[in-house]
Amino acid sequence: MILIEHISKRFNKLQVLNNINLSCNKGECIALIGPNGCGKTTLIKCILGMVIPNEGSIKVNGETISNSFLYRKNIGYMPQIGRYPENMTIGQIFEMIKEIRQSTEPLDENLLVQFQLHQLFDKRMSTLSGGTTQKVSAALAFLFNPNILILDEPTAGLDPLAAEILKEKIIAEKNNGKLILITSHLLSELDDLITQLIFMQDGKIEFHHTINELKKNTGEEKISKAIASILKGKSPQTKSNNAQP
Amino acid sequence: MLAILSWSAFSLEDNSTKGLLTLLNIILLTIPLVTILFTTIYIYNSAEFIELLLSQPIQRKKIWVSIFSGLSISFILSFCIGAGIPLLIYAPASVSGIMLLLGILISLVFVSIAFLSSILTRDKAKGIGLSIMLWLYFALLFDGLVLFLLFQLSDYPIEKAMVFITAFSPVDLARILILLHLDVSAMMGYTGAIFKNFFGTSFGFFISMVLLCCWIAIPFWISLIRFRKKDL
Repeated sequence: MILIEHISKRFNKLQVLNNINLSCNKGECIALIGPNGCGKTTLIKCILGMVIPNEGSIKVNGETISNSFLYRKNIGYMPQIGRYPENMTIGQIFEMIKEIRQSTEPLDENLLVQFQLHQLFDKRMSTLSGGTTQKVSAALAFLFNPNILILDEPTAGLDPLAAEILKEKIIAEKNNGKLILITSHLLSELDDLITQLIFMQDGKIEFHHTINELKKNTGEEKISKAIASILKGKSPQTKSNNAQP
Repeated sequence: MLAILSWSAFSLEDNSTKGLLTLLNIILLTIPLVTILFTTIYIYNSAEFIELLLSQPIQRKKIWVSIFSGLSISFILSFCIGAGIPLLIYAPASVSGIMLLLGILISLVFVSIAFLSSILTRDKAKGIGLSIMLWLYFALLFDGLVLFLLFQLSDYPIEKAMVFITAFSPVDLARILILLHLDVSAMMGYTGAIFKNFFGTSFGFFISMVLLCCWIAIPFWISLIRFRKKDL
């Protein structure tokens, strides 16, 4: 569904993405992890067309995305920090996005109901806490039943209950055959969610494994431990990995 | 959609009866300042919101154009409420009409310039600084430069060139047009007569309108091109 070929991106002199190749298919739930500033968010923004890569091409559902915008109909995006016009109410935000999308398909209001956002519909965005804003972002991402979901740090700032609801929703959508891309630092949260794992560093993909492979190769049950053991195994050869916790 | 935003709250409270000239100077000084500042601040503050819109299936061009029109409409409305009503009450219709028209055009010019300056830099402080610099240039420095040139070159016949130079400042263009309609061009001396010869005619009026429209279109167009290629 998403095919990334030889993507490179420089911000002035800083090489953020360096010749990235990646292919993601439906029914997969892929975690994108790596240290801060390794290019995760930039990669996501490239897919969304917010950042225009210097080289390479991205195909979503078989179409190249440069100069196109309709492909975003199939993508639900939940940003790391959602910011909305402060004097609009939650209800108005939802109305506006619905109007923009003009979707004829039935809406998926599952999260909206579970997060009990209906009760807050006439609250202004400026009065909301960070967690509630995240709930709004999450509900918006899932609302239009997109085939591809891109979640940037979805559980950061959510209370445990809401995080659990979101996780269940992610699992349900994965089983519906959708492609889900998650970035996160909380490895323990990802344990029962993901099927594949991509580790990025310095704008490159260090490894891209399925979870089963990963567990088999390292002999660990937990993802966090498996990654730790891989990094330990590598650190003698590459210097930069020493900085890793 | 963006027009709902309460820009009209910032409308210029204007109950001046001190005469059209005072009003003219107020308009020519404050309208650019207010529009350019609020527009720049608004664009920077809504950066994340623009990002959200970009993740939806809409064209970049459409987003940019709708923000522009939303802001423009609200500024035009606030200008009409703030300055239009007193003008229509206290001034003869022909003069107030042209003043309103020019006020609207000036607002649009500075919204457009603000779009350009906020797309040029990523940093909010720099962008606002650039906006203020541009306002200073158009509102004060440009006049100073022109005056300087006038004194330095007063031995030469530069009146024609002066007409040409005014094209580089939308504020001056508007000011001269209004002054001519107020029939006080005699105050501007010999240069004033030249101005009257040029701008007083319908052809000159037409040309200056076109120039003002260029001042709206060109900065916005450049900003649009840059926005389409910008990384957010």
